[in-house]
Amino acid sequence: MSTTPASRRLEGLATLASGVVFGFGLAWSTMVRPESIISFLTFEDFGLLIVLGVAVAINLLAYQLVPRLWKKPALGSAFQRRPFALDRSAVAGGILFGFGWGLCGVCPGPALAGIGTGNADLLVALAAILAGALLHGLVCGRGKS
Amino acid sequence: MNPASLFPNGVSQYAVGGALIGLGVALLYVTTGRPGGVSTFFSAAWSWLIRMPFFRQESFLESRQWRLVYALGLVLGGALYVALGLPLEASHLPAWKLALGGLFIGFGARLGGGCTSGHGICGMASLSVGSMAMVITFLATGIATAWLVKGLGL
Repeated sequence: MSTTPASRRLEGLATLASGVVFGFGLAWSTMVRPESIISFLTFEDFGLLIVLGVAVAINLLAYQLVPRLWKKPALGSAFQRRPFALDRSAVAGGILFGFGWGLCGVCPGPALAGIGTGNADLLVALAAILAGALLHGLVCGRGKS
Repeated sequence: MNPASLFPNGVSQYAVGGALIGLGVALLYVTTGRPGGVSTFFSAAWSWLIRMPFFRQESFLESRQWRLVYALGLVLGGALYVALGLPLEASHLPAWKLALGGLFIGFGARLGGGCTSGHGICGMASLSVGSMAMVITFLATGIATAWLVKGLGL
């Protein structure tokens, strides 16, 4: 079912709609403003905890309950798991990510949604995030396939 | 402690925004089965340009198309918010902070296997202990860095 052109188009539309609702919410929650993230990290406004808490609560239902009720996602072939293994290099990555996050208050999602709201400054952040991901591949991907 | 001092801008924008963010990520999962982390897009996108084996790995090639559509949706969502005339304060940060910070964010998110959406929302909703450890790690270094930057007056 998931391989017919019509269902693939529907899957693409659902993916686009998911991104739109996500990006719209990032703007509504003010998380597209780096200043909002920084004022959370410096304990001036704890709003980010509410944003994250509500988003996680909704997804606990989606991730824990829906796969028990439905055999397959509505349009796809299977509920996928995030591939992740916690090791030293992952923790090092978390430390580096946290440093960048604390310095400029940008995350990958809000950088994209923020550009959509017309904040052209974030194009610098977007280019730098892409460069960082490239550097990661060049440094860590050598000898790996 | 007075709750108003924890939330000087109120809580409603955060609750509504968080619900929309959650619904967007949940919609992707229940329709397509995909966990909606954003940061893998920034590696997968390079597979269109770079022939190096790392960027040509199967997981990037098979996901780069939907990740691009999802990223496009994020940009459109922000644009729609502004087009509807909804309120948003301006934002100004020095370019050097965005450039240096962005470099660490891109490198760190990829080395760490995810960012605030991948580990913070999808990983936590999957009850992944590893993701919870990652969230604690980047929260701790993020808080320490933000205080350092504030203390130095940068």
